Amino acid sequence: MDILQDVKEIIAKQVNKPAGELAADTKLADIGIESLDVIEIVFALEEKFDISIPFNANDSAAEAFATIGQVADAVKGLVAAKAS
Amino acid sequence: MNRVVISGIGVVSPVGNTREAFWSELVAGRSGIGPIRNIPIERLICRVAAEVKDFDPGRHFEAKQLSLLDRFAQFAVVAAREAVKDSGIALSEELALDTATIIGTGVGGQNTLDDAYYALYGQNKAKVHPFSVPRLMANAAASHVTMDLGLKGPTYAIASACSSGTHAIGTAYHMVRSGQVPLALTGGTEACITVGTMKGWEALRVMSNDTCRPFSRSRQGLILGEGAAIVVLEPRERAMARGAPIYAEVTGFGMTADAGDITSPDPVGAARAIRAALRDAGTNPEDVDYVNAHGTGTTINDRIETQVLRQVFGSHADRLAVSSSKAVLGHGLGVAGALEAVATALALRDQIAPPTANFLEPDPDCDLDFVPNAARTMPMRAAVSNSFAFGGLNAVLVLAKA
Repeated sequence: MDILQDVKEIIAKQVNKPAGELAADTKLADIGIESLDVIEIVFALEEKFDISIPFNANDSAAEAFATIGQVADAVKGLVAAKAS
Repeated sequence: MNRVVISGIGVVSPVGNTREAFWSELVAGRSGIGPIRNIPIERLICRVAAEVKDFDPGRHFEAKQLSLLDRFAQFAVVAAREAVKDSGIALSEELALDTATIIGTGVGGQNTLDDAYYALYGQNKAKVHPFSVPRLMANAAASHVTMDLGLKGPTYAIASACSSGTHAIGTAYHMVRSGQVPLALTGGTEACITVGTMKGWEALRVMSNDTCRPFSRSRQGLILGEGAAIVVLEPRERAMARGAPIYAEVTGFGMTADAGDITSPDPVGAARAIRAALRDAGTNPEDVDYVNAHGTGTTINDRIETQVLRQVFGSHADRLAVSSSKAVLGHGLGVAGALEAVATALALRDQIAPPTANFLEPDPDCDLDFVPNAARTMPMRAAVSNSFAFGGLNAVLVLAKA
């Protein structure tokens, strides 16, 4: 399972760009991701991986979701935690 | 043009089901937020809310009536009865014929909707309750208030999410001021704490999991609330002539749309609404002493509202007492603005600014005097009550000491 690739595809769909244009170090803000996009992406990731992402828009921890790689790492951690 | 006063108040709230019970808890800063007791919580991430407590529908309604009344309509009727009784007004046939009933609600009969969908999809039942439709419709509360009290003038529900109650009172105020109606019952009602609604709010990622801390640095978001607040609005002259209780005068109402983002507040639209309300009231910003803030406890609302107050009030902003009642009441969506207008009126009556409860530590982005944790006795001439709703719909009332 290539989680980074899946994350790229979900984010690419949200901003209507080819997934090939996105990289782990692509910043969400640079590709026009706004706050409501983040909420939809979190929802899509939870559905895709059957996980629960503890994301609160009011939490300063939300700023940890700045790049696609950071999102993928968070998902990887949660998927691993679910498997163990 | 009539001068218009609040001459009767009725409240069903998370901290008390009468006007004075509500007010004393609000002044004490005792929060009505706690573990959810009225709905199953197994599937909820957020398990706290500001629920109305000790509300026994059977004490207020016959069983036959109850089959037609969603919780949001029950709250409204009980609050409306208290408001009319409190005002002491004799609803003659002639007066009742023209009395307006304008009631705000954000989401209408959510308990009915939740029950019906659970029966259909959860229990695979073939049918839902036969009165599901008349119970859930957004105007059900307004209609039941008219039926209960025999009011036959202009009546409708106003839906503008978190501004509904403020829009309702403002609209009714203009109707009484212009002489279109001789009397109005107005306010808001909401009973939105259902599993479905909670899951919807959870999915938006703006909910706090413990409590609501408006303007406090460590705030984590909003907490849902519920209840009803209904006021009697009438011309000042008549209220004085008949020796009615006069809580405050309503002097101005302003409303705007951001025409921008569906959920994020916009400082320009919010500031325009406050300025419009002050202009409508003929009140200078310097004459305002207290602001009951929208203050939801989300990072963005509280930061933007602070900026807006600085923009509108300039250097006078540092002399304002600003408090959010949502730490005590939660966010009751369509009732929020109505409960907060009542809080503002009672603040003017008693010359006491209720506190922003649950306040832990200041946020550099929110640098006004938020009356943290302890109420303050202070002279108040005019006060402003803000509501900034999802959908970018802003409504602001200006009230003055009677």
